[in-house]
Amino acid sequence: MNIDSIKNGIVIDHITAGKGMQLYKLLRLDELDCSVALIKNAASRKMGKKDIIKIDAEFSVNMDILGYVDPDVTVDIIRDGNLVEKKELTLPERLTNVIRCKNPRCISSTEQELPHVFLLSDPAKRVYRCMYCETKAGSAR
Amino acid sequence: MRSVIDILDLSVEELDGLIATACDIIENPAKYSEKCHGKKLATLFFEPSTRTRLSFEAAMYELGGHVIGFSEAQSSSASKGESVADTAKVISCYADIIAMRHPKEGAPLVAAMNATIPVINAGDGGHNHPTQTLADLLTIYREMGRLDNLVIGLCGDLKFGRTVHSLMNAMSRYPGVKFVLISPEELKVPGYVKHAMDEKGVAFEETTDLEAVMPTLDILYMTRVQRERFFNEEDYLRLKDSYILTPDKLENAKKKMAILHPLPRVNEIAVAIDNDPRACYFKQVANGKYMRMALILKLLEVQ
Repeated sequence: MNIDSIKNGIVIDHITAGKGMQLYKLLRLDELDCSVALIKNAASRKMGKKDIIKIDAEFSVNMDILGYVDPDVTVDIIRDGNLVEKKELTLPERLTNVIRCKNPRCISSTEQELPHVFLLSDPAKRVYRCMYCETKAGSAR
Repeated sequence: MRSVIDILDLSVEELDGLIATACDIIENPAKYSEKCHGKKLATLFFEPSTRTRLSFEAAMYELGGHVIGFSEAQSSSASKGESVADTAKVISCYADIIAMRHPKEGAPLVAAMNATIPVINAGDGGHNHPTQTLADLLTIYREMGRLDNLVIGLCGDLKFGRTVHSLMNAMSRYPGVKFVLISPEELKVPGYVKHAMDEKGVAFEETTDLEAVMPTLDILYMTRVQRERFFNEEDYLRLKDSYILTPDKLENAKKKMAILHPLPRVNEIAVAIDNDPRACYFKQVANGKYMRMALILKLLEVQ
């Protein structure tokens, strides 16, 4: 399968196979007007298979979202058809408005315009907790 | 300007300082009777809690200060849909310090982020209740003469019981403390609290059998199974009588053990135990007021 290489834009590579669509949604790529390619299950020597996202425009990608969902991805910045920068990711210490707290007793469930903030509480296990109620990301308690 | 939202907002040295101040207040109440002259405490209680509110109010009055506030959400602007953030900004214009009780977890943190005066968390849902912990710490200190090298039994609702989580966080910083967690399966301590204990290397064991562990305990901290923390009435009715402390269960307990309870009690401690010298739950109430006085003085930076 061929996807044209891009001239000015971003390639999010080495996405764990299956996580591409989640990133597509969280990064709100559906709202872009430029060409966007989401390649699923591409062959990879290192990973067996992987997902790839190519965005054919200058785009400020939210590195916190990438770091939270899949910290092993690489981000290639392309200008005039050349790779000008390769970004490595780290686990973000703080996630703002990336995920929502699922605890129905949390103040973030009712307070208007309160940012949803999660803090990294266990880097080894990649555990994030709500800044307000300390509930683990993804759980109701 | 400092707020206290979580007991861990206070260092061990600061806790020791508050305990020292509280002990001095107990010895020399007259010395403190005008310390907060001209200062106002706002008690913002979005959920009724007569005990905690009156304790804060009594504390402020005994320091010579004044109190304004409300005791339920219906009588506040929250009933009109005002945010916690806006309430905090407005009250900052009226008072010098806020004590806030709110059913939503994290609400006092949101208040502290928006207020220009100190905020004390007076209980947020099932999350934190640091001033209850201050009462617990002073009680343990006055009864046992120390806060280290103690075996602390926590019994009852350990899942929703915020006082339990705060006490564990506070006591886990003292050396040689061990927790014995006594609860039905459905009301065990949440994973994140146990994870925090593991991280700090604090010893704890979980059991469903109160009598079996009774002889090992220096402190027995009883809690109520709270109706308001359940979504399901059936679950509440099934679990509410799980652990009831009666005189016969105390037969094997240490003579110097201290029995604590954050109150209100429903039936989890038999009234017959009230006259036992080990019953400390009413002393705990008085200690709570002294620690709140010490905390108000500290946060208002009154010398």
